[in-house]
Amino acid sequence: MATDLKSLKSDLVVDARGTACPGPLLAAKKAIGEIESGEIMEILSADEGTKNDIPRWCEKVGHEYLGFYDEDSFSRLFLIKE
Amino acid sequence: MENTQEVTIQELQTQLDALKKKVGKLEKNRKDQLSMAVVSGDMDKILATMIISLAAAAMDTQVKLFFSFWSLSALRDPKKSPKGKDFISKMFGLMLPRGKNKLALSNMNMAGMGPMMIKMLMKKKNVMSLDEMFKQAGELGIEITICEMSMDLMGFKKEEFIDYPNLRFAGAATFVADAGESAMQMFI
Repeated sequence: MATDLKSLKSDLVVDARGTACPGPLLAAKKAIGEIESGEIMEILSADEGTKNDIPRWCEKVGHEYLGFYDEDSFSRLFLIKE
Repeated sequence: MENTQEVTIQELQTQLDALKKKVGKLEKNRKDQLSMAVVSGDMDKILATMIISLAAAAMDTQVKLFFSFWSLSALRDPKKSPKGKDFISKMFGLMLPRGKNKLALSNMNMAGMGPMMIKMLMKKKNVMSLDEMFKQAGELGIEITICEMSMDLMGFKKEEFIDYPNLRFAGAATFVADAGESAMQMFI
């Protein structure tokens, strides 16, 4: 899974590293309007809780959550827009 | 024979209509909506209110906040000082915090040291400020209603509250009606 994610090409990268909960979720919600259905969004977050929150958001709103992998001081989360 | 069949279909139609009505009502009772009665004027509780509301709004849930009693202090605009208040209203105005940045903590307030420390920590840990949270809430269409009765009771005037999109003034029945059709209700 992790190697799969690393080779993914994101259509949009949302850098939410400068904000804590619920900042990354708000950033993701705002940015999702900028891409088309079927495109991939990547969220950069330094907030641990976001790893649980983004999949729950996807589940509720209908986007397909692909997973995450950790960098040194943050994580990259991936999803496909509904 | 033909006649009885017609009657049955008609009966079924009536039952179906009744069911549709009921389902419609049930659906309306479980709207994807969060209603919160915000009574506390403690900084920590206003923070919790705003964080939960913003998360809900980001998840496409309609949010309706009903501010009452001590929470009204959080909605005061420190730059506004309305005229024409009677003595008791003026006293209340002086004793209650002037706006969200002047609120006390429910624990560890330590004569204002606590809130100062929390604000410093929030900045350090990249947590949005209360000002920023209210700004985002307005942009996300989070509705704020001020309890008119507690406003009168505490001697606040409509002119002294913050500029917030579609700030409403209403009574308890508005909260009950909003809460009744919401899938989530909270009291804080």
